[in-house]
Amino acid sequence: MVWQRSRVRLDNDNRAFWTGGADGKLNIARCGDCGGFIHPPREVCRHCLSDKVAPFAVAGTGVIDSYTVNHQAWAKDMPVPFVIARVALDDAPGVYLTTNIVGCPVEDVDIDDRVRVVFEEQDGIWYPLFEKVA
Amino acid sequence: MSEVGVRLARSPLGLTLDAVREAIADAGLTLDQIDGVATYPGKMQAFLGFSPIGADDVIEAFGLTTRWHVGAAETTAQLGAIAEAAAAVKAGLARHVICFRTVYEAAAMARPDEFPPMERRKDVTGNSQWVSPFGAFSAANWTAQFATRHMKRYGLTREQLAQVAINDHANAALNPRAIVKQPLSLDTYMSARMISTPFCLYDCDRFTDCSTVVIVSAGDALDEVRTIPVRIAASAGSVERYSWDQAEWASAYPTGRDLWKNTDYRVDDVDTVQLYDGFSFQPITWLEGLGFCPVGEGGRFLEGGKRIARDGDLPMNTGGGQLGWGRLHGFGFAYEAVVQLRGEGGARQIGGNPRVAVATSGGGPMAAALLLARD
Repeated sequence: MVWQRSRVRLDNDNRAFWTGGADGKLNIARCGDCGGFIHPPREVCRHCLSDKVAPFAVAGTGVIDSYTVNHQAWAKDMPVPFVIARVALDDAPGVYLTTNIVGCPVEDVDIDDRVRVVFEEQDGIWYPLFEKVA
Repeated sequence: MSEVGVRLARSPLGLTLDAVREAIADAGLTLDQIDGVATYPGKMQAFLGFSPIGADDVIEAFGLTTRWHVGAAETTAQLGAIAEAAAAVKAGLARHVICFRTVYEAAAMARPDEFPPMERRKDVTGNSQWVSPFGAFSAANWTAQFATRHMKRYGLTREQLAQVAINDHANAALNPRAIVKQPLSLDTYMSARMISTPFCLYDCDRFTDCSTVVIVSAGDALDEVRTIPVRIAASAGSVERYSWDQAEWASAYPTGRDLWKNTDYRVDDVDTVQLYDGFSFQPITWLEGLGFCPVGEGGRFLEGGKRIARDGDLPMNTGGGQLGWGRLHGFGFAYEAVVQLRGEGGARQIGGNPRVAVATSGGGPMAAALLLARD
């Protein structure tokens, strides 16, 4: 897609997620005490209430938990159809990312497909998208 | 309930006034007996068509003297406002509470100067930052992914989903207040344009203008009411994950289970269900969550549409639901449950002297359910 994606307002909680792609990293907030992941990222661990939460670079691989092929142009410059998917990350239990599956025809996407992250940069935000792993 | 329509000329306050007048006349009450107001989600300036009238507006404009009121988005979905009113009257904070939901989305879209759309912010924050950048702007996109997973895991089909829309249209055609006037064929459904797979145009509800009012009265104030009372036998509500792409399944499941914890009624006692259907998939989650069928069997429960028809075992969305009646945003389900339990459904009235109904709202990140009974 070439349309202008919604620009995210960066803050202390989300900056590592939205800019990690500059270094090729998919950063998910993780608790330094219990090891649990917190997404959306917050400064407190939802599992053990620790405040030792910090960004952690995950492998960036996962499986498609579910998806939809969007046919409705919600914005004027939005080319359709495209795939919106929910990706379950391999090494961040309980975390799902809403994302787009890119690099293949929309018909080729299915649940349980293996995917890996690719970043698309727009105006200083590195959007994590996913492509199928052959 | 006010007139229901698309791009009505009547103002949102006028629609609310119409609905309040009808409700207090039906109850045999006067405005000076109303001492509470509850609404969902309260006035929302940023989405003025979505919720143009708040509790304060009703209190001020209609000259009410109240002891308790609430208008809040952070509750257990739309019918949570009615559950809050029930809790308030039970606690003695009020005796007669006007509960309302006024929607004005169709008219507001047609008159943007008067009802400006939400400011298109350059930057997104909060929960929308996790979905909007990927083009997932609509609840259709989010709900569709739960439907896709149900298809893959349990074999749900589009023909089964279609039964929700077909049933809604058939019932709406008998409801003089519904925006849909014609039945829907499976062929028309299957050939309709896609919005977000597996949802086509007929799987998604439609912006509507309307105000719906339900009055909740204290049990010891019924001698002041001149109508057939319907009792709130139980209520339940929950939030799964507010950022609902993090939820395993929809909130309809925990809410449905919880509904039965505070009542002696059981699933088999229910005569009709009014299940939130902003999208056709949601009644499937409610049927499963409430225990009318096992998890995964919702599609097969709908198969062929006979079971949920007006003369079926479990008449569903007898007023037309949101796909047929219009996007009354939850309150239409409580209203229709009361109509059916009183036997006032006219051409769409179900047989068998119904005494117990379930009404639900929401079902995505948050959900509410009411068990209603005529004693």
